[in-house]
Amino acid sequence: MSKESDQAHWGETTRLMLIHLGIWIFFGYIIHMLVHTLNKVSFLGFPFGFYMAAQGSLIVFVVMLFVFAKQQDNIDRKFGVAEDD
Amino acid sequence: MATQTATTSQFTRQLGRLYGTYTGGFLGFIILLAILEQVGVPNRIIGYLFVFFTLAIYAIIGVVTRTAQLSEYYVAGRRVPAFYNGMATGADWMSAASFVGMAGSLFLQGYDGIAWVLGWTGGFVLVSILVGPYLRKFGAYTVPDFMSHRFGGNFARFLAVIVLVSCSFTYVTAQIYGTGLIASRFLGMPFEIAVFAGLVGILACAMLGGMRAVTWTQIAQYIVLIVAYLTPIVILSTKHYGIPIPELTYGLAIQEITAREQELVRQGLAVLCTPENCAPGTLKPHIQPFTTWTPLNYFGIIFCMMVGTASLPHILMRYFTTPSVREARVSVGWSLFFIFLLYFSAPAYAAFSKLEVYTNIIGRDISQLRPWLFTWGELGLIQICGKNAVNLDTVIAACKAIAGHPGVVRFQDFVINTDVIVLSTPEIAGLPYVISGLVAAGGLAAALSTADGLLLAIANALSHDVYYKMLDPNAPTIRRLTVARVLLFFVAVIAAYLASTRPSDILAMVGWAFSLAMAGNFPALVLGIWWKRCTTLGAVFGIIAGFGLCLFYLVTSRYFPQAGVTYFGMTSLLNPETGKPLVNVAQIMADPKWLADVPASAVNPLNNRVGWFNLNNINCGLLGMPLGFVVMIVVSLLDKEPSKEMQAFVDEIRKPRGKTVLQEKD
Repeated sequence: MSKESDQAHWGETTRLMLIHLGIWIFFGYIIHMLVHTLNKVSFLGFPFGFYMAAQGSLIVFVVMLFVFAKQQDNIDRKFGVAEDD
Repeated sequence: MATQTATTSQFTRQLGRLYGTYTGGFLGFIILLAILEQVGVPNRIIGYLFVFFTLAIYAIIGVVTRTAQLSEYYVAGRRVPAFYNGMATGADWMSAASFVGMAGSLFLQGYDGIAWVLGWTGGFVLVSILVGPYLRKFGAYTVPDFMSHRFGGNFARFLAVIVLVSCSFTYVTAQIYGTGLIASRFLGMPFEIAVFAGLVGILACAMLGGMRAVTWTQIAQYIVLIVAYLTPIVILSTKHYGIPIPELTYGLAIQEITAREQELVRQGLAVLCTPENCAPGTLKPHIQPFTTWTPLNYFGIIFCMMVGTASLPHILMRYFTTPSVREARVSVGWSLFFIFLLYFSAPAYAAFSKLEVYTNIIGRDISQLRPWLFTWGELGLIQICGKNAVNLDTVIAACKAIAGHPGVVRFQDFVINTDVIVLSTPEIAGLPYVISGLVAAGGLAAALSTADGLLLAIANALSHDVYYKMLDPNAPTIRRLTVARVLLFFVAVIAAYLASTRPSDILAMVGWAFSLAMAGNFPALVLGIWWKRCTTLGAVFGIIAGFGLCLFYLVTSRYFPQAGVTYFGMTSLLNPETGKPLVNVAQIMADPKWLADVPASAVNPLNNRVGWFNLNNINCGLLGMPLGFVVMIVVSLLDKEPSKEMQAFVDEIRKPRGKTVLQEKD
């Protein structure tokens, strides 16, 4: 494996990591800082801010983990460093 | 390669059949006990059958999966499929506190309690994107293994072992305490005997087969605990709203709670917590944010629990057992999915219980109290008018003794222990005893599975890292396994002995484990993988500084507040609702016995009263981790660049392809 290809692989991996870190910060913290505003909206009978903390963010975390696994795997395959290539 | 894939999928199918049969058998067993109950078998017997049957199953799995191979003992042979590893991690992760305590915290703290739900789930994102898969590629048996390899040998290993033991030992003690508590409550055993019964259950699972045995029992335990957690709440939701999905219907319960809260305040049955007066006994609206924690501490808890998740060795080591790096990533997804099933149901428990309490207890005439609460009153877990609610006469007498009492239960008259919320739901819903027995078995499964994982993490660090790598690197396999088992046994016995003395401080220290793990492990793990320039010297100083500061803040702010105020510029924390100082600092300084007089907070008994930046000590990772990062980076930059070999090593763990970097002899 060439050095350039390795670097490109790590570059894309890092980018993907940062994107997911950003989503994590948004749904882990930022959205809950707006709880007072969001609570004015009702969602499925819940105040929306309460809902996001009790369920919404959790659903996002679960989904994003599967998406991340798939995306990282695609990057690994693209650069020929996946396990069964 | 092709044949290996064929055998792997065959293995997975076989697992599916095994655990499918097991789940069916377990459901059949519940039905059988339900029938037994109907024909008049006493409750006590039903409870015993539940507990002993499930314990026997775990023990059988533990014995059947015994092993004499190191790679099986330490990492389950690295062939646990992602889906099953996810279930095992779920059981490993969810402790007695998650199962029994969390819904109770949500009941008491309302919105603020959700910090725990968020904190104990979101961390898995960090596990997957920053740490877990890379450690899998490295091929370690333990987390200190990685530290030692990346950061120049046994000193870093030793530091990592210290961090590991200090965050895991109090945790395992609390789990064993939890098994004792559940067993004694449901089976009526004396607590001390119940603790040692729990110990036997733990040892039977872990001792002979190490990680391999613990993995396959944790899966079995997950199935028991999730069935047990969801069954009562699903039935309750169906009864109340006609829809068997409590997670959807409790929005309605929350509306009713909010309406009822206003009604109680209007009728003078409760005093609303306001910025002017928020004394204990005042009502904090369920959905009102930041009444228990200030925003800084609320988000601090979320952050510390999340980063702590990605730093706790007993969780990270679960991802050493998957067949590949790819499966390690997928497995984190499954882990969180299985954890999510319980965590997004916990707020529903809290809401339904609260609705029951607000409609059928508070505001009711005392003579109309429902009988379920007296069973818990007898155990000292529910108090009305300041006395344990043992029976109706006691309650009436206690309330009469209060001057001007209106004869109906007021909000401030009613005190409930958080553990009761989950345990009493079957009774509140009027379900047969078999469901209560099921809940007990579930709580026990949660405590046992976490205890097993932690015990293994500690014993493996001592046997593999301290004994084999540091003391006797030439030890033959058979001796290494013997040492591992003997250490496991002794660590378990010490933890069980400690648990049997009911050490309140140690039990409350569990929350500290996350901050300690975060300060001690996280910077070194992340920089070790993501920054080639990080050097041994940087890592060593960073770990010492970060972990040291966190520990210093915990101990000083809690146990030596006078020294904290005099020498380190600490000031009183502020009440989150009123903004007033919690303590009078001048008074602390004058009275050396001050600490003994402060009543323990129900939410966090080890909460500090003085500190820096109004920061609760449970969030000390917020101080330690950034310091760890800064020291690590600055010292690394001053130090000379790591060797070419080390940089090549880091390159290697970043690529899934190829053999694990570390190849242990078997």
